[in-house]
Amino acid sequence: MVNTTLLDEAAVARALDTVVDPEIPVVTIADLGIIRSVDIDGDSINVTITPTYSGCPAMRQIEDDIVSALRKAGAVSVEVETVYLPAWSTDWITEEGRRKLNEFGIAPPVAEADVVCPRCSTGSPRMVARFGSTACKALMVCSACGEPFDYFKELH
Amino acid sequence: MSTEHLVSKAPQGTPRPDHGDKFTMLLAHADDNLVLSQRLGELISNAPELEIDIALGNTALDHLGVARALYTYAGKVEDAGRDEDDLAMFRSEREFSNILLVEQPNGDFAHAIVRQFLFDAYQMQLWADLAGSDDETIAGIAAKALKEASYHLRFSSGWLMRLGDGTDESHVRAQDAADELWKYTAELFEDSYSKLQTGWDATVRSAFDEATLTIPTDTYQRTGGRSGFHTEHLGHLLAEMQWLQRSYPGLEW
Repeated sequence: MVNTTLLDEAAVARALDTVVDPEIPVVTIADLGIIRSVDIDGDSINVTITPTYSGCPAMRQIEDDIVSALRKAGAVSVEVETVYLPAWSTDWITEEGRRKLNEFGIAPPVAEADVVCPRCSTGSPRMVARFGSTACKALMVCSACGEPFDYFKELH
Repeated sequence: MSTEHLVSKAPQGTPRPDHGDKFTMLLAHADDNLVLSQRLGELISNAPELEIDIALGNTALDHLGVARALYTYAGKVEDAGRDEDDLAMFRSEREFSNILLVEQPNGDFAHAIVRQFLFDAYQMQLWADLAGSDDETIAGIAAKALKEASYHLRFSSGWLMRLGDGTDESHVRAQDAADELWKYTAELFEDSYSKLQTGWDATVRSAFDEATLTIPTDTYQRTGGRSGFHTEHLGHLLAEMQWLQRSYPGLEW
C-alpha cells in the first residue's frame, strides 16, 4: 500500500536529519551545510546537494541515503541533484555541527593557528600531515597532551 | 634564443585542436585530471612515507572528482547519451586529449613532485580563468577545483623546496626531473591558453628560485597530446585502466 500522505517541510527536514556523513557519522548532512535546496511537490521531492570536495567518495552514499530516508518518510519520487556553484566552504558547517565534531574528537574548522585540541582544549597543536584520513581532514598532534587528532581543514 | 616566457612556443605545423568547442575543451581537462589521477594512484604504497602516500592518494581523488564532473557535463553538452564512464573507459588513446605531462610514467619521488608542481601551477591559472566562465556549470566546477588546486600546490611546492634545497642527492634528483619534464610544458599554453602563461611563469620562477633549482634552458618541446598524439606511455595506462570496463561493459560495484 502506497503511503499517500503529502509530505510537509517539517517531515522532510526530519527525514533529512537522519542522513549523516558516512565517514563522520556524528554530523548530519544538514550540519555540514551541503543541502542546497529542497523542493517538495506533493510526494515528489527534489533535493540539491553540493560536494565538500570534488573527489569526496561519500557523495554517492549520501545520495542513496537521502533517497532511502525520504522514501521511508513517504516520498514516492526522490531526485537528488548535485550542483557545484557556489562552491562549498567550511563556513557552511553549522554551530551545532562544529560542536558535534569537537565532541567526537575532530577539531572543527578554524584557521590553522587557532586550532584547539579537542581532547584537552589546549591551543597551539602541531601539524603532522596536511592530508588526513579523508579529503576534508588533516592530522595534528597536541603539544600539551601529546594526543594526535583529526582537524577538519578550513576551506574558504 | 631568449623569449619573454619561460618556455618557447610550440613548434609550427603541430595539429591544433579547436579550443572553441566546449565539448573538446571539457574533455581535454577531464582527460588531464583522469590520467594524472591514475598515475598518482599507481604511486600508492610506494611513497617515501605513509603521510605522503595519503597525500598523493587524496590528490588523486580530487583529480578524479574533477574529471568525473567534467565528463558528466561533457556528456550533457555532446547530447549523444554518453555518460562519464563511456567517456573515460570507451575512448581510445587517439581520442584522449590530455597533455603529455600528466601521462609520463612515474619515476622517483622527485619526479612525481615536479610533475605535480608544474601541473598544479597550471591548474591554478586555468581554474581561476574558468571560474569566470559565463557557463555556470563550468564556473562551478572550476571554483571548486581552484580551492583544491591551491591545496595541492602547497603540498607540491613545499616538497619541491625540501628536495631542491635539501641534500645534494635530492637536489640532483629534483633538477633531473625538472630537466626531463620541461619539454612537456609548452603544450600547456597552446593557442587560447597562452593567457595562462604569465601567471604560471611567476609561480614556477619563484618556487624554483626558492628551491635553488635552475629553470631548464633546453628549448626542445614536445606537443600533440591535445590533438591525440601521445607518448608511448598513455596506451599502456589506458589498457590497465580501461580493461575491466571493456571486458565487462557496464560492470558496476
